[in-house]
Amino acid sequence: MAHLIAEVVYRGIFQKNLAARITRGIVLSARKAGRWGIAFGRYGDSPQRNGVPAKDFAIVADTKEELEQHMARYQPKELHVTICVDDTLCKGVESWAWYGLQPINRLLLPNGHLLVTSTQSADELLKDAHKKNTPYSLWILPGKASLAGLWVYKEDHTEVRVLGALAKIAPQILSLQAVAEAIREADWGSDLKVESARKAYERVEGRAVKITEGNPETPYSFEMPKWWEMREGVTIPSLPIGKPIEGGKGYRPERSTVFKKFSTRTMRPVIDFDTCVKCTLCWLQCPDSCFDVTPEGLYDANMESCCGCGICEAVCPVGNCITMVNEAAFDNNASQWDMWRKDKDAYKVWLGAKITDKVHVARSHGFRYRGQYEQELASGELELGGAALASGIPGENADQKGLKPSAHEDKSSSIVTGVAEAPGG
Amino acid sequence: MTVATQAAPAAAQEQEMLISGSEAIAEALTLADIDVVTAYPIRPYDTVMQAIAKKIANGQLVAEYIVAEGEHSQFEIVKHASTVGARVFCGSSGVGWAYAMECLVVTPALRVPLVAMVGNRALDDPGAFGVEHNDALFVRDLGWLLCWIDSSQEALDTTLIAYRVAEDRRIFLPIAISADGAFLTHSQAITKVPSKSLVEKFLPPYNRGDLQLHPDNPITVAPQVNEDWVIEIRRQNNAATERAYTVIEEAYADFRRVFGRGPENPWFEEYMTEDAEVILMGMGTLSLPVKVAIRKMREEGKKVGLIRLRWFRPFPYEQLAEALRKAKAIGVIDRDYSFGSPFGSGVVATEVRAALYNAEHRPPLIGFICGLGGREVTLEDVYKTTEICYSAAKAGKTERATYWLGVRE
Ligand code: SF4
Ligand code: SF4
Repeated sequence: MAHLIAEVVYRGIFQKNLAARITRGIVLSARKAGRWGIAFGRYGDSPQRNGVPAKDFAIVADTKEELEQHMARYQPKELHVTICVDDTLCKGVESWAWYGLQPINRLLLPNGHLLVTSTQSADELLKDAHKKNTPYSLWILPGKASLAGLWVYKEDHTEVRVLGALAKIAPQILSLQAVAEAIREADWGSDLKVESARKAYERVEGRAVKITEGNPETPYSFEMPKWWEMREGVTIPSLPIGKPIEGGKGYRPERSTVFKKFSTRTMRPVIDFDTCVKCTLCWLQCPDSCFDVTPEGLYDANMESCCGCGICEAVCPVGNCITMVNEAAFDNNASQWDMWRKDKDAYKVWLGAKITDKVHVARSHGFRYRGQYEQELASGELELGGAALASGIPGENADQKGLKPSAHEDKSSSIVTGVAEAPGG
Repeated sequence: MTVATQAAPAAAQEQEMLISGSEAIAEALTLADIDVVTAYPIRPYDTVMQAIAKKIANGQLVAEYIVAEGEHSQFEIVKHASTVGARVFCGSSGVGWAYAMECLVVTPALRVPLVAMVGNRALDDPGAFGVEHNDALFVRDLGWLLCWIDSSQEALDTTLIAYRVAEDRRIFLPIAISADGAFLTHSQAITKVPSKSLVEKFLPPYNRGDLQLHPDNPITVAPQVNEDWVIEIRRQNNAATERAYTVIEEAYADFRRVFGRGPENPWFEEYMTEDAEVILMGMGTLSLPVKVAIRKMREEGKKVGLIRLRWFRPFPYEQLAEALRKAKAIGVIDRDYSFGSPFGSGVVATEVRAALYNAEHRPPLIGFICGLGGREVTLEDVYKTTEICYSAAKAGKTERATYWLGVRE
């Protein structure tokens, strides 16, 4: 490799500082060996929005001339390394700049490298990452999705751990020595961080992915029309109104076939249809009109359009009726209502497994309560991205839901929601 | 479309009135039965808004008359009204037109067939009311169709033609009709006003078709896009502007058929150019002193002619190259400026030069900046122009590319 092209696939707001540190770190590390480089974000992305998939790039080359081939572009056409700092993005990426669902490994060159920070196994991740027609390597750096968020930058060493892992993956371009020097010089660097990078270098594990492996689904896509096929006047058809679901009953709104939004989701609502009291609140409050009204008057969140905001869970008045669960725990977007009506007992078992498997699947965006970060640090699980969290947003009904984190005694209001937590917890 | 000329309509179908250019536009708007008009006063455009208000007050026109709180809203409102299917009119002058710029730039991309009147006015500061063409020229690159007129009659006729062209499904672009402040907006002349039934034969109702915002046609207009869509939208705009060459010719031909008058050549008026050695060019009312001067110079045996441009966008570059084929020298009188332009010429001179670049016959072309801020273009100015052109013709080259005329020196 006379040059190295890497991308960081991350989530808007929560990880934009993290992604920027990683791509800058790559360029500054490569500079130690006299190489030239650029770091940039994809302009069409909207990294200022919560959770939207976005990308940053780093390109380094031996000479300025070689580098110029890759400049004045929105994104590279192909690359050597994809760094995915939130494993739920392995399901694919849909952003403002792209059309359809783009597999996480789409731009990888043959024998390229996909590096994921995750607590999942390679086999689990390969249920999400789409099949690719050339072989590549999958590297896993143990850790949860880092929340280098808007309000605080969470110094959980993810940026240096990724750089350390890269030194293992692309030693010709980034020596561990160079990475260590660059980290030390960074205004956010420290000896402790250099140590984390070294540890990551040792701990990152890779394995080959064959062309037969991966999620076999064909990601949805569409052809862009020619200029004379487009309706004039900057005009596009609006969504028509929806239809009843069955026998004139229920209601399913029309949804966009070209922009689905679900790759923004990191947690999804799981609904207990047996305890639902049909109050309509979830349906009313969902900002994306995700809910289908079923013929019997229940509410089924459509997983193609749900962005995972958690509002439905927060407004549902029934304890444990709607629970937000880590997106990583699911392999498809199937309708929960369909599953429920086919086999109610089996659904109950499935539901119970999903909402109780908190150690593996719980996650959050930002910090949900004051002191969470300190608590995670104290628990000594930094390498795994912190302690297990209670799932769910502690909203008005946190008490009834048993969602209030027990280890945490602070009664002040939540940083994230700004809503005072329920008294008496 | 038929081009056959029919007999002139019976006199009863047209009536003579003594009206200004602005009033003539208001007559045309009444005949075109516009639906929505927005207003915000600035001289000299305000004469149109007053004339329309009078029409509505007198019950001659039924239309929504909306007084906006500024030009920005003025142009925004008509844009939206047009999208739901209303025939709209709007206008402004000088810095008022400039204030509406954000709305002006998107009107062509949204394919809104707005007809606007620009009462040409110098850009403040200094505060000044007189004519300069720079205001309307702001939008020359953006998909607006632009034309200049030089009489009340042409004001009325061109307004009807403008709706016919703008609302043609092949075009759907805004048109700005420029009228020189004072000389046209504030000066009354005998004008033929046709009957409504005659106008109906010429101007079909506005039909926005599948681009109309309506509950039965659910569409979204102007979503946010990225680099994957914009150049296609510009390409569409370019195609529409190119189609305007055909559609404008059709409209003028049909105008002649229905009204029994109107120019054969929509693009420019040619005055005594048949045998002209020196051809002077310009836009708007400066044609009047130029014509007078030409007649006087012809008495002295000087073969001088005038080409008065009506349409600036689309620019009739092929027709012009043909019309200028025999000239020995060309003098372009600009009532505008373009500081730092090639040769320091005005906008029209620069465009004509570009239009001739690939022509076989490229006579010397001299630019003249004249009549800025509403200063009169005098016979003396025209004589001087011609003199300079003649010496260039004799030498076969230009000594200087641009002259300023009528400046105290
Ligand atoms: S999490 Fe709930 S409220 Fe939010 S988008 Fe999904 S279904 Fe709608
Ligand atoms: S908010 Fe909860 S109880 Fe109310 S309809 Fe939705 S799922 Fe049922």
